[in-house]
This record gives sequence, C-alpha cells and structure tokens, in this order.
Amino acid sequence: MNETRHHVTLTVNGVVREATVPGRRLLSDCLRHDLGLTGTHVGCEHGVCGACTVLLDGEPVRSCLTLAVTADGHEITTVEGLARDGEPSPVQRAFAECHALQCGFCTPGFLCTLTAFLRDNPAPTEEEALEAVAGNLCRCTGYQNILKAVHRAAELQAEEGGA
Amino acid sequence: MKPPPFHYHGPVTLGEALDVLAEAGPGGKVLAGGQSLIPLLNMRLAAPSHIVDVNRVPGLDGIEAGPSGVRVGALARHAAVERSPEAAAAQPLLRQALRLVAHPVIRNRGTVVGSLVHADPSAEMPAVLALLGGSVRLASRTGEREVPAAEFFTGPMESALRPGELAVSAFFPALPARSGTAFHEVARRHGDYAVAGVAAAVALDEDFRIAAARVACVSVGPVPVVVDVTGECGPRPAASVDWEAVAHAVRDRIEPEGDIHATADYRRHLTGVLAVRALLDAACAARGEES
Repeated sequence: MNETRHHVTLTVNGVVREATVPGRRLLSDCLRHDLGLTGTHVGCEHGVCGACTVLLDGEPVRSCLTLAVTADGHEITTVEGLARDGEPSPVQRAFAECHALQCGFCTPGFLCTLTAFLRDNPAPTEEEALEAVAGNLCRCTGYQNILKAVHRAAELQAEEGGA
Repeated sequence: MKPPPFHYHGPVTLGEALDVLAEAGPGGKVLAGGQSLIPLLNMRLAAPSHIVDVNRVPGLDGIEAGPSGVRVGALARHAAVERSPEAAAAQPLLRQALRLVAHPVIRNRGTVVGSLVHADPSAEMPAVLALLGGSVRLASRTGEREVPAAEFFTGPMESALRPGELAVSAFFPALPARSGTAFHEVARRHGDYAVAGVAAAVALDEDFRIAAARVACVSVGPVPVVVDVTGECGPRPAASVDWEAVAHAVRDRIEPEGDIHATADYRRHLTGVLAVRALLDAACAARGEES
C-alpha cells in the first residue's frame, strides 16, 4: 500500500513545528522521530505504562494512543517543555530532591501527568495523589518516593506561588 | 507495535463523515478518543482499511442534561462527562461508573460513546446503558435510528452498528424520584478491567420500601447481564431484605467463564457479593443518605 502522507503543524513546547507523516504515525513517534524530541519515552505502546504521557492542549494524554494527524493544529507540552528559563519546574525539583527516579525511564510520563494534576489540584490528599500516579508504571518500583515527590512538588509550587 | 497502514480521513462536517463512512463500507472504522481502537491497531488485532477521524466534526461533544436524562455526544470525553455537575445531577450513575473507567489520563481522551460502540462486556459504560435502558443514536447517509441498549449490544465487542453508521450520541435516562444508583467492581489492579462488577438501581415507594431493583453485571457474559431482583427485594425496606437470597438470584442468572484472571465460580461468587453491596448503596442513595 502506497501510504499518503499528511502535513501536520504542532505547537510543541511553545514552538511551531511541522512534519509530514503517514496517517498511522503515533504522536509519540512523531515527537521522537520526526521532531527529535526523545524526552518522551515509549514503553508499552498500548496505553498501560504511561511513560509516553504528554500534555495535549494542557491535558495529559497517552501519546502512543493518539495519532499525530489527530493532534494537527494543537498544542503539545513534552518533558522538554516543563523547565522555565533553564530552571527545573517544581515537579522536576521535587523528583530530584525526593529521589523519585532511579533508571528514569518512566519519569517523563510521571512529570507530565503530575504537572497537570498539581495545576488542577495544588494541595492533594494522600488518596488523590495515589489516584493521580496510578496510571503510570515504574519498573524500579520507586512508588513511595514518587508519592513523596507529589507532596513536595505541591509545597514547592505553593512557595513559588506565594513568593 | 505500530498501527498497520490505513487510509486516513479527517472530515470536518458530519455530512462529510457519513459520506466517507458510506464509501468505506465494512473496511471503515471511526476514530474518536482512540483509547480502545489505537491499542487494537498497535497490537495488530484490528486492521481497518479506512480510519475516519471524527475529532474535527463540530457539534459532537455535547453533554445535554435535563429532567429526562443525559444525552452524551460522540466526542464527549469520559473526563468531561465525569466532571459535569449537570450530568451527575440528572443521572448520578454516570459519574459513579466513570470513576472506575481506566485511569484519569485515559479518560481525558476516551469517549463515553466510544466505550459503548467498543462493546466490551467487561467495561462499565455498556452496563450503565443497559441498566438504565438507554439508547444509542446511529446516523448514516440515509438517516438516523435510535437503538435501545437491549438491542445494541449483540456480543463481545459486537454491537448493532452497521457499516456506514456513526454513533452520534447516547441517551442515559434519569430515574424516577426516590431512586438511587451505585457501581461496585473488583479489578486485579486499579484501573484494570473488572474481574466482576455490578451497577445497581433501586427505586423506593412512599414508605421507603424497595419498589424496583435491578443490577447490570459486567465480565460475566457476552454482553452486560441485566437482572431484575424486584421480586427478591420488595416490597420491604432494605434492612429487612434477605440479601443472601438476592445474591443467590443474581448468581443464578449469570453464566461467567473462567480465564487466567479468575475461575467461573469465583466470578459468580464475586458478582453476588458485589450485587448486594451495590444494591445496599443504591437503596441508601435513594433515601438521600450517604452510603
């Protein structure tokens, strides 16, 4: 089958990016292969592991369960876009402080998921924090430190908001 | 783990979408949220020759809640319906069930109508539609038809949707006054499909006796299994119902199968337990109490 290619324009981390892709190109592969943004990791490719989570118009979604053509004209934020002016975001700093990553493979997905979660719920309960990370797998099983990082990130975010 | 090749169509009007679907025929598949379809494509379990992406079609993302119930459009995401206070007020079972659908990130993208069309007998949304006696509106180039839940689910992952049709919305009826609902399920891991699950609806009479009670069971048959237990429950107050007899009646009406996750006997046992829990919670909600 001769595959038709589609022109897509995505605003990725605030920058307008263009690519020409077949209809079946997953957003995860478009980001990694077509745009060279390899910070988004690809684990299971069927929506279970959460490593490929990015923000689509501000909402976390599985980039492996979204076609690049569907995202045409929309805004994407990847892990590369979380830092501000070269400074890690509160969620990123909390992960470093709390040792919430070991091998780091799952980390981009956790960071994107939690960035949106703490924006919508700046002071989560323990149960809400658990629910927020339940869709992301960490094979190093560092979940306790990841949960600590959720609350630490909330603190850092509140300090910055108050400053 | 990449989708097989297909012809991609991105219609921008409903008419265009229906034209493309009509031309694609049996090889056409609608893409809305993609949270069930794209895993199937990635795992090469499905290979449609035409994908009709309806995400650009305007007017399909509506959530219309009123005294008679909630009509949910084809592009209304799980998360949007879950968060809608109007939908929760008109039909509380929607939010109760949606909180059990996969994970929040999946619900940001997945659609309620997509879950219905996918027709997984382990999924929550088909059970909700079946329990409430709702319907799905199917549009094609030649017109529209409204298919009741009892006729819509025809087998595991099979529905009454014909080639060339697009499920444009689904209607979840409201319940009468003094009614309550609940959804209980057991899954191996949080967010997984349920090993067994039960949606319940209970209506009380003026003396707070159970006037009607029914459950819809997931993962225990080819389609959601609706069991009316009004006879076993009423007419008496929830506190004096013989709940063991109710559990027995539900277990008698289902034909679960065993697999690597659970034996048929365990599913049958679990469904009885969950039915009683859900019915008790639904009766509490009908009295206007927290369960």
